[in-house]
Amino acid sequence: MLIPMDFQPIHFVENLRYMGIGMLGVFIVIGVIAGLTILLNSITKDKNDDERA
Amino acid sequence: MEILYQNLLNLDWKMIVMWLIGGVLIYLAIKKDMEPSLLLPMGFGAILVNLPLSGAVSHGAEEGPLTILYHAGIANELFPLLLFIGIGAMIDFGPLLSNPLLMLFGAAAQFGIFFTLCLASMFFDLNDAASIAIIGAADGPTSIVVGQKLNSNYIGAIMVAAYSYMALVPIIQPPIIKLLTSKKERQIKMEYTQRPVSKTTRILFPICITIIAGLIAPASVALVGFLMFGNLIRECGVLDSLSETAQKVLANLVTIFLGITIASQMQAENFLKFDTLLILGLGLIAFIMDTAGGVLFAKILNLFLKKKLNPMIGAAGISAFPMSGRVVHKLALKEDPTNFLLMQATGVNVSGQIASVIAGGMILNFFL
Repeated sequence: MLIPMDFQPIHFVENLRYMGIGMLGVFIVIGVIAGLTILLNSITKDKNDDERA
Repeated sequence: MEILYQNLLNLDWKMIVMWLIGGVLIYLAIKKDMEPSLLLPMGFGAILVNLPLSGAVSHGAEEGPLTILYHAGIANELFPLLLFIGIGAMIDFGPLLSNPLLMLFGAAAQFGIFFTLCLASMFFDLNDAASIAIIGAADGPTSIVVGQKLNSNYIGAIMVAAYSYMALVPIIQPPIIKLLTSKKERQIKMEYTQRPVSKTTRILFPICITIIAGLIAPASVALVGFLMFGNLIRECGVLDSLSETAQKVLANLVTIFLGITIASQMQAENFLKFDTLLILGLGLIAFIMDTAGGVLFAKILNLFLKKKLNPMIGAAGISAFPMSGRVVHKLALKEDPTNFLLMQATGVNVSGQIASVIAGGMILNFFL
């Protein structure tokens, strides 16, 4: 048999919710991290840190 | 006399096919310089484990060293996590910390993972589909950890696909980028302004990321934590010797064992199956859709921005560090020799490293 597993096209549609929730989740976490980084940059920029990028 | 050729009778054509595959991996490593530190051990290992009655892997009660290494370092996810300390110590988050909004491209370029999850679920059960989809993380350690935690039946093929495609980023990405962008878009110049980043930010960043990732996606905290621990060693400024060891000695040692141990999963009877071909195909689709996700996200942003972005930088959001950043930089130079996108592309590239681990955590949250 060429395809040894069950081919279930309907599963693509059924699992689209994982795509939506997953991408939303990644964007939210990354958004929080980006926001926090902006906050860290603004809090620490006036301090006399020696090493700078 | 019979003892000299007795084992030859155990040879079958599948083993010879695996030798050829091993040969191709070694060729790509040496001649094409594609991820040689991984493809060469994998290629040699593929030959080693496909010799008839190879003593390198277990047969019945007789334990082989590669099987022992597999259980000691990959089945329990130790090697990939140790490697992450080295990778964390190698990464300079400076360009990203300087332009935090670049992180969004890293998030967009994880699209391939979730698209492939849906696609793979048409053929495999959800745990296997999720493990296959994570090939799109373009990050070997993440693929191994997710595949192991989800108890995938296809861990060998997944590891081979993940590492091979990472090496093939310079071949896979350019045609997709060109297909989705016009020459004019590829010539867009982006000004790079390096804002100062304080040492305090550099130290607090890995700690904060670990806490955030741990709170939102607890299953990913080992991955994120080890990556960020490596970065903290680098940035703290008082552990230069440890940082250097993590970047070189630790990373090299783990890589040696990782490559050849992965090969223990490339035994012909497990590897030469239709499923493996399908997994390789799905992995390729994951990489393509990651690239497309990043580029199209940049194009969508351009609809609203006055100062246009070069949409190619979106492609650097896949985790394959530092290859995809370099690919974008080279493509930009090819279109216009005065267009330097290296810093922006590197920033996006390291954000992809973080985003891919978070995507892995999301997958684990769904299915663990």
